[in-house]
Amino acid sequence: MFMTKNVLKNLFSKSATRLYPAEVRAPFKGFRGMLENAIDVCIFCKKCQLACPSQCLKVDLKARTWECDPFACVYCGVCVDVCPVASLSMRDAYRPVTGEREMIFMQGAPKAVKEKKEKKEKDEA
Amino acid sequence: MARTILPFGPQHPVLPEPIHLTLELEDEIVVSAVPALGYVHRGLEKLCEVRDFHQMIQIVERVCGICSKIHAMCYCQSLEEMMGADVPRRAKYLRVVWSELHRIHSHLLWIGLFADAFGFESLFMQCWRIRERIMDINEATTGNRVVVSVNVIGGVRRDLSREHQTWIGEQLKLVEKEVLALKSTIVSDYTVKSRTQGVGVLTKDQAHQLGAVGPVLRASGWAQDARMLGYAAFDELDFEPVVEVDGDCYARLAVRFREVLQSVDLVRQALTRLPEGEISVPVKGKPNGEIITRVEQPRGELMYYIKGDDTKFLDRLRIRTPTFANIPPLLAMLPGVELADVPVVVLSIDPCISCTER
Repeated sequence: MFMTKNVLKNLFSKSATRLYPAEVRAPFKGFRGMLENAIDVCIFCKKCQLACPSQCLKVDLKARTWECDPFACVYCGVCVDVCPVASLSMRDAYRPVTGEREMIFMQGAPKAVKEKKEKKEKDEA
Repeated sequence: MARTILPFGPQHPVLPEPIHLTLELEDEIVVSAVPALGYVHRGLEKLCEVRDFHQMIQIVERVCGICSKIHAMCYCQSLEEMMGADVPRRAKYLRVVWSELHRIHSHLLWIGLFADAFGFESLFMQCWRIRERIMDINEATTGNRVVVSVNVIGGVRRDLSREHQTWIGEQLKLVEKEVLALKSTIVSDYTVKSRTQGVGVLTKDQAHQLGAVGPVLRASGWAQDARMLGYAAFDELDFEPVVEVDGDCYARLAVRFREVLQSVDLVRQALTRLPEGEISVPVKGKPNGEIITRVEQPRGELMYYIKGDDTKFLDRLRIRTPTFANIPPLLAMLPGVELADVPVVVLSIDPCISCTER
């Protein structure tokens, strides 16, 4: 008796699961999926490197590089919170699978401020 | 008849994590059990020497894979008290919301695993289906399903918008409806009763003497719950500890089932009373001194001992997790139990071995 009721209910109701990957749920807003750095905005202040609990970030001010080990990153988003210029952000998609252990390496453009100063000094002279 | 020694674990189909029990059997009845721990030790205390106290929040969160939020909350509460931070009320309420959501999903996970331990696969399926709603709430409001990373020293990192609050309310209505639909199965089903009633009994005195905590203690008739201490915003919310008196596996199942509904109610209360205001305050300085903080995890009372010496690295960090406290009671439950019931009894304490070994 109970079983017939359940069988009928299950036959005519929607399934509880999705047919992934044919049907993909839209990501929730604010989901911490991937760490991204807008390297043009980055000032290489190392604040993210110092705050990172898994120590997956390596920032070099002189060489103007920003390096992240995506396999060590725990996606906690602390670096995004401490970033003073908001160059770091979290994208709401999972990192795609890879066959190799690749680092995210970013090279910033050479510093432009010094040249301006030099120019000013030259102008003044 | 000669006694047989039977190793149970560290790899066993019913155990999600490694723990070893040396069972001494007479015929098919357990006479004694000797535990062996240490298969997944990670050495968190050593890690304190190289990670500063802010970074440790994310690390202690990973002590437990199920109730991450509550570990981080306990750690943050300790440091806030040590450094004299005045946490905003809204942050306290938000902590209650997320910690109760963690309790709901942890208990649903456990009911599923417990059902699976005695071969009730469809109950397992249903529980985990309902749990998925809570995981969705976690993901939408905090940015991750399990390791939510919402705590900071001085408050929380994320706020709940009005839309989120209404949406959580709607989802909880569905969760409550679906959990209540399982009530007749969990409470009065023949299969469940025959495998759990009278199995692994822990008497009221034993529970007290052996220092049981959480649902194991409450199932033996003690009305003790660390939430009664009134940490976070629990002092402003109405709740009574859930108590059962039989002390067997069935009572422990009943306690956890009723706690799911209680937590749904607590989340609702916290959302209706959610005050406006800041969600965190900046906390300056470094931890100095000693402190012990206790909070209620889904598995029982969690205790953090922290010692700071005015540097950014903590001097000591000792975590006593509920499973660690519940192992002596487990050893008292096992004698007299049939070998086939050992997995059910072991799972009835909701063992979290990663927690235990830190």
